Amino acid sequence: MSLELRNVTKRVGAETHIYPTDLKLEAGSFNTLLGTTLAGKTTLMLLMAGLERPSDGEIWFDGKDVTGVAVQKRNVSMVYQQFINYPHLTVFENIASPLRVAGTPSQAIKQRVESIAELLKLTPMLQRRPSELSGGQQQRTAMARALVKEADLVLLDEPLANLDFKLREELRDELPRLFADRHCIVVYATTEPSEALLFGGHTATLYEGRVVEFGPTGTLYRKPGDIISAQVFSDPPINIAKISKAGSEFVLGPQARWPVAERYASLADGDYTLGVRPHHVTTEKAGALPVVVDGKVMVTELSGSESIIHFTMGERTWVSQSHGIHAFKVGSDARLYVDMAQALYFDADGRLIAA
Amino acid sequence: MRRVTWLVPTLYIIFLMLPIYWLLNMSFKTTNEILGSFTLWPQNFTVENYVKIFTDPTWYMGYVNSLIYVSFNTVLSVAVALPAAYAFSRYRFTGDKHLFFWLLTNRMAPPAVFALPFFQLYSAINLFDTHIAVALAHTLFNIPLAVWILEGFMSGVPKELDETAYVDGYSFPRFFVKIFIPTIAAGIGVAAFFCFMFSWVELLLAKTLTSVEAKPIAATMTRTASTAGYELGLLAAAGTLTIIPGAFVIYFVRNYIAKGFALGRV
Repeated sequence: MSLELRNVTKRVGAETHIYPTDLKLEAGSFNTLLGTTLAGKTTLMLLMAGLERPSDGEIWFDGKDVTGVAVQKRNVSMVYQQFINYPHLTVFENIASPLRVAGTPSQAIKQRVESIAELLKLTPMLQRRPSELSGGQQQRTAMARALVKEADLVLLDEPLANLDFKLREELRDELPRLFADRHCIVVYATTEPSEALLFGGHTATLYEGRVVEFGPTGTLYRKPGDIISAQVFSDPPINIAKISKAGSEFVLGPQARWPVAERYASLADGDYTLGVRPHHVTTEKAGALPVVVDGKVMVTELSGSESIIHFTMGERTWVSQSHGIHAFKVGSDARLYVDMAQALYFDADGRLIAA
Repeated sequence: MRRVTWLVPTLYIIFLMLPIYWLLNMSFKTTNEILGSFTLWPQNFTVENYVKIFTDPTWYMGYVNSLIYVSFNTVLSVAVALPAAYAFSRYRFTGDKHLFFWLLTNRMAPPAVFALPFFQLYSAINLFDTHIAVALAHTLFNIPLAVWILEGFMSGVPKELDETAYVDGYSFPRFFVKIFIPTIAAGIGVAAFFCFMFSWVELLLAKTLTSVEAKPIAATMTRTASTAGYELGLLAAAGTLTIIPGAFVIYFVRNYIAKGFALGRV
C-alpha cells in the first residue's frame, strides 16, 4: 500500500497553486509537509484526499490510478486546523458518523467509538455537543472521527495550530502513540520545523507550491539538499551569506575568514553561499571551528533559558540562538562565534555541496 | 438620575402599545359605543365580534386563504432559496456577484409595479383567484430575501465542514439533508420567518390576484361597511386576530433573529 503522486499539478485560473510534483508515501509512514502559509500544504492534501482534482498528473493508491475517484470511495480521513465537527450531533454521533454512513452495525459502532474515545480521553464528553467542549476536546473529537474509520490515508492539516500552548504540547505527545500500531499513511502539515523533528518519519519541504525536497526527517535537517529547503526547515531562520573561496580560505566579506576543511579542498575557487543554523552562532566559543564575527544588535528575544539575538553584519541580518540570558542593548556591538564546522555550503544554484 | 431610568422605556412602550391596545379595546366594544363615545375601556364588554368572525365563512375563510398561500409561499421560497444560497456561498462563477445583486434588486420595485402584469399573466393561464397565484407572486420578493439571508448563514459555515462530510463518506444530497440543513437550521428559521411576514402583510398583489376563492383576510378587512352599516368592532376584532400569527411566529424565532443580526444579515 502506497500513495504516489505522479507529476501532479494544480492550477486555478492563471495561477499555479502546485507545480508538477512527484511524491511517494509508503504504508505505515508518518510524513510531514513542512512549509510556510501559502506554500501549498493544504492544496496538496486536498489533492491527496481527492477533494480537489489535479489539473495534470495522476494519483496512484495501492497500485491503482485513483485520480478520478471520488473522495467518498477512497477511505481517507482528514483533520483541519479549524475544529470541524457536526454542531447538531453529540460527540458520540460525531465520532460514529463515518461508520454510520458505511452501514456498520450499531453494536460494532458503539464498541469502536467507545474504545477510540477512551484513547483520546473523550469518554466523559460523549453525550455533549461540540459547542460545549473546549478547543482541545473539539479537536480530539475531530481526531477521533478521523481515526475511528481506520482509513488508509490520514491527513492532518495543522491540527494543533489553533490550540493554546499547553494543549498543543499534550496532543503533540499523544499523536505518535495514536498511529503506532496502524499501518495507514499519515500526512501531517505544519509550519513549525520543531514539529517535523519531533515526529521523525519523512518530511517534505514545501516552498511556493513546490515540493523542494522529500526524505527522512533527520537527514533532511542535517543535510538539506537545497538552500530553500534549509530555509524552510529552520526556525529561527537559517543565516545566509555570500562567501568566496580563495585558495585555502573561505572569505565572508571583511568580517571573517577561515580555513577550508579538507573535505572541501577540491572545490574550485569562486562564489558560494554559506548557511549556518542560528544555534551554531553563539556568544560563547563552541564547536570544532569557531570563527569570530562582530555585529550590531538589533533586537534580543529572551525565551527562558535561551536568547535569540538578531544582529547586523554589514548588510546582512543574522540570528544567534545562544544559551543563557544575554540582554544586549539595541545598537550595541556584539562578538559572536560561528561554528564553521557545522556550516552548510551551497553552490551558485543553491544545491548543497556534498561532503 | 437613577429614579427616572424607568421613565423613557416606559413611555416608549406605552407609545408602541397604544395602537395595539386601542385595537384590542375596540374589538370588545359594540360599533355604537365606538362611534358614540370616547371610552378608555369597553363599557359594554362583548365578544360578539369574535363570534361573528369564527362563524361567518366570508370572514374566517379569509384567514384560511391567507394561511394557505402564506404557508405555500414560505415553503416554496425557502426550498428554492436553499440550493441557490448554497451555490452563492460555495462556488465562484462568472457573474456570481452581479447575479446576487440582481436578485436583490427585485425587492427594490414597489409591488404595484407588478400588479398589472401579474393580473394579466395569471388570468391568461387560469390561475387568477387561486392560492397558487398569490404564493407565486410573493416569491418574487421572498426568494431573493431568503437567498440573501441563507447565504449569510451558509457563509458562516466553513467549507471544511462540507469536505469533512465527504471524507466521512457522505454523498452530496445526504450531506445537504443530514448535516448542512441542521447546521443552518437557525438561518432557515429566520428566512422562513421573513417570508411568512412579507407574504402575510402584503396586500396589494394578494388583493389584485384574487376575487372570491382565495381572498385574503386583509382584503376582507378593507370592506369597511356592509348592509348592516359600519362594523368597526368587527373590523377591530379581525385586526386583532391578524396580529396573532405574526406574534406567534416571532416568539419562536426571536433567538435565531438575534443570531442573524450578529452575522450581519437580516
